[in-house]
Amino acid sequence: MDIHEYQAKEILAGYGIKIAEGGLAYSPEEAVQRSREIGGNVWAVKAQIHSGARGKAGGIKICKTHDEVEAAAEHLLGKRLVTHQTGPAGKVCYRLYIEAGTDIAKELYLSFLIDREHERIVMVGSAQGGMDIEELAENNPEAIKKIHIEPAVGLQDFQAREMAFALGLPATMLSHVVKTLKGCYRAMRELDANMIEINPLVITGSGELVALDAKMGFDDNALFRQQKVAELRDKTQEDPREMAAADRGLSYVGLDGDIGCMINGAGLAMATMDMIKLAGGEPANFLDVGGGASAERTEKAFRLVLADQNVKAMLVNIFAGINRCDWIAEGVVHAVKKIDMKIPLIVRLSGTNVEQGRKIIAESGLPIITAETLAEAAEKAVQARNEVIAKEQAGAN
Amino acid sequence: MAILINETTRIIVQGFTGKIGSFHAQDMINYGSNVVGGVTPGKGGQKHLDRPVFNTVKEAVEQAGAEASIIFVPPAFAADSIMEAADAGIKYCVAITDGIPTQDMMRIKIYLSRFPKEQRMILTGPNCAGTISPGRAMLGIMPGHIYQQGNVGIVGRSGTLGYEAADQMKRLNIGVSTSVGIGGDPINGSSHRDILEKFEQDPETKVVMMIGEIGGPQEVEAGIFAKENMTKPVVAYIAGLTAPEGRRMGHAGAIISSAGESAAEKVAILKELGVTIAPTPSAMGETIAAVLAKL
Repeated sequence: MDIHEYQAKEILAGYGIKIAEGGLAYSPEEAVQRSREIGGNVWAVKAQIHSGARGKAGGIKICKTHDEVEAAAEHLLGKRLVTHQTGPAGKVCYRLYIEAGTDIAKELYLSFLIDREHERIVMVGSAQGGMDIEELAENNPEAIKKIHIEPAVGLQDFQAREMAFALGLPATMLSHVVKTLKGCYRAMRELDANMIEINPLVITGSGELVALDAKMGFDDNALFRQQKVAELRDKTQEDPREMAAADRGLSYVGLDGDIGCMINGAGLAMATMDMIKLAGGEPANFLDVGGGASAERTEKAFRLVLADQNVKAMLVNIFAGINRCDWIAEGVVHAVKKIDMKIPLIVRLSGTNVEQGRKIIAESGLPIITAETLAEAAEKAVQARNEVIAKEQAGAN
Repeated sequence: MAILINETTRIIVQGFTGKIGSFHAQDMINYGSNVVGGVTPGKGGQKHLDRPVFNTVKEAVEQAGAEASIIFVPPAFAADSIMEAADAGIKYCVAITDGIPTQDMMRIKIYLSRFPKEQRMILTGPNCAGTISPGRAMLGIMPGHIYQQGNVGIVGRSGTLGYEAADQMKRLNIGVSTSVGIGGDPINGSSHRDILEKFEQDPETKVVMMIGEIGGPQEVEAGIFAKENMTKPVVAYIAGLTAPEGRRMGHAGAIISSAGESAAEKVAILKELGVTIAPTPSAMGETIAAVLAKL
């Protein structure tokens, strides 16, 4: 789960990390009120969306008067911002963070991540802050310092000092740097975060270390014990279909194609999508219905897939283990009748009670296309989709 | 032979008396697995499925000679159960539980690594379908009947995609020595590489089918191991050709977050390391058949 910059900063401030003074605004009036409260003569008006690279997308405006703050807020609120992290659909900005301008002497990069290879938290730093870290890793990997942290004892002072020196920080700032790094690590551990990124971390003109931006991501599997973190969820930043799916215990990812999918198991789902692509089609979604696919759950899954207006044909691929093909078949027949499905449906069943399952489909009297193997299922789905498109074009002419 | 489990392996079920634990314990017993009891704290001394219930894993080891364990405990308590098994001297543990926090897995791995290697418990999973040595023993939740006994080892992250592979092989009259699910989480007990090492040592296994997916460094690490240390051929399929970057595809670990983690990149690297690639998920069986024919 991701959170907004202002939420991450609030959390990190609680762990001793210095941030610039700022406030949240939902309207241009509030934005001006915040800038007046903060005082000074330069402010940053920052769009709060769940994505990095907001600056490049025009989501951050530096303002020198309250009128400029108002105009920037007017411009950003309700605007759809597209970054390379949001995908082409972008994300809509509903909240602004107004922050006091910071006198920047030097920009650094700092992050804490879970390193899957070493199975540890890794602290990553670079003296070249403000840049895209992936780009830096590719073009100048020597400029990145990585320090792995032993989970049993945590981040040690000597490791924090090693990072401070690698970042080229002066000895006078050492104790402050150690405090900042250890604060981040504690936040990571105590809150089950899987990512903290501060880019840039800046040294100000007066020699302070300030988090100018902040991004945090959390382990979904740990939210059951992180109630306060779970409350920070902002549903406006999530795909409504994916959210509806998650609320029903289904795992769904919307894609750009037009062949809808319902599959059990994440690996088989990915493999089926690959098969569709190899057969010349494009999947409209990833959907894992999981283990106990009851008739009710099957119907919900069907509704979710068919809610996507692009879907021209639907493919069901179930390899029943704990599931049983007869249960799935009953669920499918029930769903098709209840929803009054208009597009072609291709069903491939395999595994436990496959014969009973196929019999139910065959005897349903519904125009369901069946397939025995994965390849056959994908080919038939693509063929059915092509026929629908051909008919639509003939109709249009 | 086979690896990790066979018909004599003395198995206990942690989370034995719960609904899910009971169902799958019965299924394993029906398959012929040597289930000698289970653990549910507070229910020690009772009988369940005609077998003894123990309060602690230690008691199950001492009184029933338990060697292997399977975990059906909910995510919040699973880390504790896994460490209890390791501490009690269990040799092999399968964690079925889906949804264990990543940082709990980090702690578990450190805890396990403190035991001297010959006493260290092997963990597979979490978030997996378990392990089966067809015709001998099943320590998992898979449909046992789709596996034919034979000499191909299977290791994979996904449950149902592993079934798909076993099913394709059975249609071609190809059997399996052992099939191991290592699970879909970012940090898991054993890696592809760890299981390849076991298959290399098993005289019965002639070829290994590795079923990987997007995300993480494990498949490449396994490919390097195969090139440097294995005499047996490895066939691989990597799922997720169509998966977009930065999106989690069901499994917590199935997310492309850095260079080299997409399916296409993994396939290219594995090919270079001499691994035979099954070009499509429906060609897993026939690719294995072709490799077997050349032996």
